[in-house]
Amino acid sequence: MATIPQKIVHQYLRHDKKFPHVWCAGCSNGIVLGAIIRAIAEMDINRDDIVMVSGIGCSSRMPVYIDLNTLHTLHGRSIAYATGVKLYKPYMKVIVITGDGDCTAIGGNHLIHAARRNIDLTVILINNNIYGMTGGQASPTTPHMAIATTAPYGNIEPDFNVCNLAMGAGASFVARTTAYHVQEMQKYFIEAINHPGFSLVEVESACPVIYGRLNKKGGAPEMMKSMRDNTIPLAAYEKLPKEKTEGKTIRGILRQEVRQEYCAAYQDLIKRVNVKEGK
Amino acid sequence: MQSKKTKTLEPQTETKLAELQQTRERRTVLMQGNEAVAYGALDAGVNFFAGYPITPSTEIAEILSVELPKRNGVFVQMEDEIASICAITGASLAGAKSLTATSGPGFSLMQEGIGYAKITETPCVVVNVQRMGPSTGMPTSPAQGDIMQSKWGSHGDSPAIVLYPDSVKESYELTIRAVNLSEKYRTCVILLLDEVLGHMREAVCLPDLANVRVISRIKPTVPPHWYKHYDENQKYLSPLASYGEGYRFHVTGLTHDSHGFPTNKSTEAFEMMERLRKKISYNIRDLVQIESHKMEDATIAIFAAGIVSRAAKAAIVMARAEGIKVGLLRPLTIWPFPDDAVRKMLRNVETVIVPELNQGQFIGEIQRLTKDKSESNVISLQRCDGTLFTPNDILRKIKEVS
Amino acid sequence: MSYEIRLSGSGGQGLILAGIILARAAVIEKKRVTQTQSYGPESRGGYSRADVIISDTDIYFPEATNFNCLLALTQEACDKYLFDLRDSGILIIDTTFVKNLALAAENTYEASFTDIAQEKLGSPISTNIMSLAFLVKITGIVKEDSLKQAIAESVKPAFVDLNHKAMKIGFDLAKNYKK
Repeated sequence: MATIPQKIVHQYLRHDKKFPHVWCAGCSNGIVLGAIIRAIAEMDINRDDIVMVSGIGCSSRMPVYIDLNTLHTLHGRSIAYATGVKLYKPYMKVIVITGDGDCTAIGGNHLIHAARRNIDLTVILINNNIYGMTGGQASPTTPHMAIATTAPYGNIEPDFNVCNLAMGAGASFVARTTAYHVQEMQKYFIEAINHPGFSLVEVESACPVIYGRLNKKGGAPEMMKSMRDNTIPLAAYEKLPKEKTEGKTIRGILRQEVRQEYCAAYQDLIKRVNVKEGK
Repeated sequence: MQSKKTKTLEPQTETKLAELQQTRERRTVLMQGNEAVAYGALDAGVNFFAGYPITPSTEIAEILSVELPKRNGVFVQMEDEIASICAITGASLAGAKSLTATSGPGFSLMQEGIGYAKITETPCVVVNVQRMGPSTGMPTSPAQGDIMQSKWGSHGDSPAIVLYPDSVKESYELTIRAVNLSEKYRTCVILLLDEVLGHMREAVCLPDLANVRVISRIKPTVPPHWYKHYDENQKYLSPLASYGEGYRFHVTGLTHDSHGFPTNKSTEAFEMMERLRKKISYNIRDLVQIESHKMEDATIAIFAAGIVSRAAKAAIVMARAEGIKVGLLRPLTIWPFPDDAVRKMLRNVETVIVPELNQGQFIGEIQRLTKDKSESNVISLQRCDGTLFTPNDILRKIKEVS
Repeated sequence: MSYEIRLSGSGGQGLILAGIILARAAVIEKKRVTQTQSYGPESRGGYSRADVIISDTDIYFPEATNFNCLLALTQEACDKYLFDLRDSGILIIDTTFVKNLALAAENTYEASFTDIAQEKLGSPISTNIMSLAFLVKITGIVKEDSLKQAIAESVKPAFVDLNHKAMKIGFDLAKNYKK
């Protein structure tokens, strides 16, 4: 008997005293949480073997709702905590939930170094282009000239391309999708969790209450439509003429390659040392 | 029942204590303070180190980078000190006994993470080999400028356990004690060393491993649905599960209830804060260690910690040769402050001298505990120039007040 | 009995290693010992000193304040520390670099250690061991064999022979020293 999706989600949530959640109506975070749960359920991983780590921000509140080993840490530091967990128990699946400000501003250093080490963490970066929890300040992914409460005359700073940043730092799996493309998102999560190395999935998300309101992007449905209409799959992007792809964000697996994973490299080091020591 | 597609592998890095404590020749050797800390950590069962190089603590990282892989432990050099404290906290939650070592600038960076380890009651040890500050200061010069920072460094109230050795041998012993206390009290314990001590060498004979007492965290025995991550019980020392053991608990730096879930209720916030406070204050007898040296007949007492106490002891020898009755009180645990012991031991002396390599940090504590004496009998002796007090500096003061 | 020695010069001359070796020799003889150091941020150049205190009883203060013996390999070090030498203390200077003495110490020993090392061993690298051996022979603070063993325990196996050779030269210099 097939399990209905809602029931699966239900099975993975923590029910006593963790709800209602903190997210606004129309927020994409719940959609991402649902996709993560369905991915985990589909992969059928023992949930005792999964650690979900997060930092500070709207998206980082996610771990409290899900019945896994959960670690809600300091602003920007989730990847550093996750590195400690993973290195000590390499067999565990470590998933980091983070936002654009958490991961690329205050936590940027940890992101690039974890990517460089190629440690087997799965970073799910929910990018809503703004600091939502604190009321709408500009983040490193706030688009140029967009309005934020700390950029009232328009953001004069260029924004990060998060996927390029991760690839430049050496991440071995990088994908981008949006909260509109739920099945694609779930598929990428599975790929990322299975990937033996550092993986990052950027999920464009809608923040209608803060970002949408400040920038007159309409409500949740309009922002969802915009994610549908203004993004384009990688395969199509490569085929279409330039004028048809201009201004569109690419979705897809942007990099997937295998190189030495850090915990495995460390285990090799231990073996090497112990051979030398004659053990 | 869930099927297990992902195999639950035997945790490969989980090391057995015996492996960490590898037998080595126990004979008298010349050993550096930092080296003693590293071997103390290994003998206490530390199997995870994350750190960032900084003078004058770097030797601790260097030695552990050699020794931990041999013992199946983890050594990782992180991108900065912030990442280091985070990584050791994460590893500890996964079950490791973890430690990091740093100095002033790194210790400042770690403060938020230390607060996190304290509020989440996660065992870990931070070794701070103090150098002259503020800021970059004098990296290879001694100072005792972090006495108050080690207590108040992180924002918010978070009672601290801070240990302070005065010799190479004691650096070894107090490192073991720091790890033991962190496991027992589920908190971030800080070990303060003086730069001079970190780098100095002395003849030391480490004890046989059979004589090293190692304490490890209490593991829960209840089924997962009964488990409370912060169990209210006698003395506030509660069992600690690790990730991957089926307990699936939540850890957060937000003010939380006894299960670890965030709360905004003032009653629960009060309970959590009281728990953090009482965990230390109810167990003060177990935590406090203080050395009393030639205090029996003393009319003048010196209160000094770490390397300064050694200059004081040398000064005491000289002063007593001239018939001046002077003794020394030396705290091995500086936080929680040994209030009762100090008050009692200072009751019978006329004058207290508090020499310290800073602009006056211990002196406030001593003044607080010596309300029975006139202000002129509680004397602060300060030095803040990157050099030590010599025995003569202290002797001069003793003579001045005798 | 407590004996205070300061080895001083500049970074890269190997004085801290010399201090460690001397301290290790004292450990071999089951004496109490502390070895401390002070140096600037430079790996090469700048100031550098190592203190060794050897005693039969507990050593409280670990730095040398009133030396029984001072080894100075540079003019700066000699000028800086000479005044903390005890009246009867032994001063050993490397005349390769120390050209002026601000104060005539009673027991002054002079040798051009760096030049001799260059001449006899083809490099100044072993000046530290040579001058340390000289110091040990003059002061008698540890036995020659203890020093030999301490060197073997402290330097990489490939360099033991070279350093033992330097040690021998240092001993001979002291033996044949004429005031």
